[in-house]
Amino acid sequence: MADNRISRRAVLAGAAATGALGVTGFPARAAEPQWKKYAGTRLEVILAKGPRGDNLQKYIKEFTELTGIEVESEQIPEQQQRQKAVIELASGKPSFDVVHLSYHVQKRQFEKAGWLADLTDYMKDPTLTAPDLVESDFSAAGLTYAKDDKGRMLSLPWSVDYFILYYNKAMFAEKGVAVPRTLDEMVEAADKLTDPKKGTFGFVGRGLRNANMTLWTNFYLDYGGEFLDAKGNILTDGPEAIEATKLYQRLLTKYSPPGVAGFNWMESMASFTQGRSAMWIDGVGWAPPLEDPNASRVVGKVGYTVVPAGPKGQYSATYGDGIGVAAASKNKEAAYLLCQWVVSKKQGSRLLQAGGGVPFRNSVLNDPEVQAGVKLPKEWLQSAIDSAKISKLGLPVVIPVAEFRDIVGAALTATLSGADPATELKKAHEQYRPILERSEKA
Amino acid sequence: MTTISQANPAAAETEPLPEQQLRPRSYWPFVLPALIVVLAVIVFPWVFTIWMSLNEWKVGSSTAFVGLANYLRLPTDPRFIEAIGHTLLYTVLSVVFPVIFGTLAAVVFHAQFPFRGFLRAVFIMPMMATPVAVALVWTMMFHPQLGVLNYLLSLVGIPPQLWVFHPATVIPSLVLVETWHWTPLVMLIVLGGIAAIPTEPYESAKIDGATHWQMFRYITLPLIAPFLFIAAMIRTIDAVKSFDTIFAITQGGPGSASETINLYLYSVAFVYYDLGYGSAIAVVFFALIVVLAAVLLYLRQRTLWTEIGGGA
Repeated sequence: MADNRISRRAVLAGAAATGALGVTGFPARAAEPQWKKYAGTRLEVILAKGPRGDNLQKYIKEFTELTGIEVESEQIPEQQQRQKAVIELASGKPSFDVVHLSYHVQKRQFEKAGWLADLTDYMKDPTLTAPDLVESDFSAAGLTYAKDDKGRMLSLPWSVDYFILYYNKAMFAEKGVAVPRTLDEMVEAADKLTDPKKGTFGFVGRGLRNANMTLWTNFYLDYGGEFLDAKGNILTDGPEAIEATKLYQRLLTKYSPPGVAGFNWMESMASFTQGRSAMWIDGVGWAPPLEDPNASRVVGKVGYTVVPAGPKGQYSATYGDGIGVAAASKNKEAAYLLCQWVVSKKQGSRLLQAGGGVPFRNSVLNDPEVQAGVKLPKEWLQSAIDSAKISKLGLPVVIPVAEFRDIVGAALTATLSGADPATELKKAHEQYRPILERSEKA
Repeated sequence: MTTISQANPAAAETEPLPEQQLRPRSYWPFVLPALIVVLAVIVFPWVFTIWMSLNEWKVGSSTAFVGLANYLRLPTDPRFIEAIGHTLLYTVLSVVFPVIFGTLAAVVFHAQFPFRGFLRAVFIMPMMATPVAVALVWTMMFHPQLGVLNYLLSLVGIPPQLWVFHPATVIPSLVLVETWHWTPLVMLIVLGGIAAIPTEPYESAKIDGATHWQMFRYITLPLIAPFLFIAAMIRTIDAVKSFDTIFAITQGGPGSASETINLYLYSVAFVYYDLGYGSAIAVVFFALIVVLAAVLLYLRQRTLWTEIGGGA
């Protein structure tokens, strides 16, 4: 994906252009934006339920004090929030000005439908944008998500979700197993750590259709897989996919708790926090419940590290959330100010320090002062920083993502009851290809 | 169904002309509100659904008329075909079991014993619970490692089961929830039927030396048949359109092993945002339900025909 092309040079050129137009004085870049300009405006925000939404709602009074803008926000469970946002945006008259979006599911759909306001010019306008908010501060994955194919910023990257390996140090020590560095080592470790008689297992991860794709794609990337070819054809039934599926099948049938075919992150986490499973690969955001004595039996025993390397590379499958302004909003500038505050250094630090998410902004993640305030184990933070270096998008950027996850995910689940990986993948792709073609033609 | 049963009295009303002539012409405006409501909430959505089903209609893209293309996709869509099978299996099982257990429970609760009223109240409690809450509690109980069901099985030496976490057992496990939840309803309906049976047939059967089983088989069962039929009909309609229990427990999984037409329809329309294809599924699903309702009505007529007095 050619997204890093618009870099500092382009931003500077843009800033210079703004200056040349004489909208404001050019040196004003160093000054603070006019926060109070839209005082009295009322904004509506639709949020997915979770720590990001909590972080916004908890401190929203500070934003109102800063800008005089009143904010009404509601948190809706993720699945329903996605549906509600799409249906309202499609109606042309959404009830909200600001929308919290899941990039890995909605990026293409939102771009193609033109539902988001273009923030590129706002970011270049010093009366609207604080000097520290520059494109280059966002990680590559964040910019890939936020920009469309014309290089326009359609949202601000908020929080990134890297897949990491959680492991139970006590169980590893008991069996004298070393932390795996490669997928092969991980299988060996899982084998040693599995003891069905005692009800303990070497590995746990998502087996439930749709949800399981996020784990599988991490293996797929490590086996050298790419999602789409240059013409936009889906590639997830090639030899890399078959190998990744064999690994997935082996781990989840031999070394995972029975019933894993129905596990989402919640059931996987339950197994891990109960000390029943020694390794778990999932999003980086689950550390707070693992370290919560009221919810976990493995407090203080959890190790955090990057996902082990495969034969063709080492990647952390990456997903993320952004915050954007509805194109139909009448208060776009005020809404942009809110988005900017949401991804600000202060809010980002709070999010990271509480373990509620990892900001896309490097200036937050790499700030030693911010790092010092992180209450979770240092290993956790390190796993996030290391994952950022090997981050790769975990799902194809296409419109029918949900269909992809459902159809290929069902094939993966079928392999857990003994079906042949190559046959299942072939069958699933025969079903998926026409859907993808239809969607790209539309 | 309701439309058909109401059609007869309406047709009967139109025959005697004089009554109609008595009504002043100004009578018609009073019908308008009802007519508008019916058009707006029943007729219009239906016509619009059919219209959508004839279009390529995706949220966020432009729409295009495609004729019957969406319908032609259905027979080649393996998920849809499988969903029909799942729906049939789920429906049959979740009608048969509650009806059997509900009838047995009704027979038991019809007998006189201490605390009968209290125990009846306890028995119908599942019916009062919210389906989603019920589903969440059962999900926890089904958990292969942490669930109470496998613990109970282990007490009697049965190895742990996978319940809703395995494609082969998921539908029977869901039916277990459905049976637990809705057996009380069948019990209440059948209990009403049993209460209406006169005592004389039993007395004469006893004199003739009939066993309890014979009395149940040749007296109780035929007399409560119309009630059983109503219970089965209510259960069928509920089970065919069942969504909440399945969605909350498995979301159609593992894989798509418990995906019924309703769940697939929901995914197509509101997760894939393919409203055109989703509408086509809705239309076909509706047609299936109409056929089912017609069959049930026909059978209902037959049970009325063979009904032996008393009862309903």
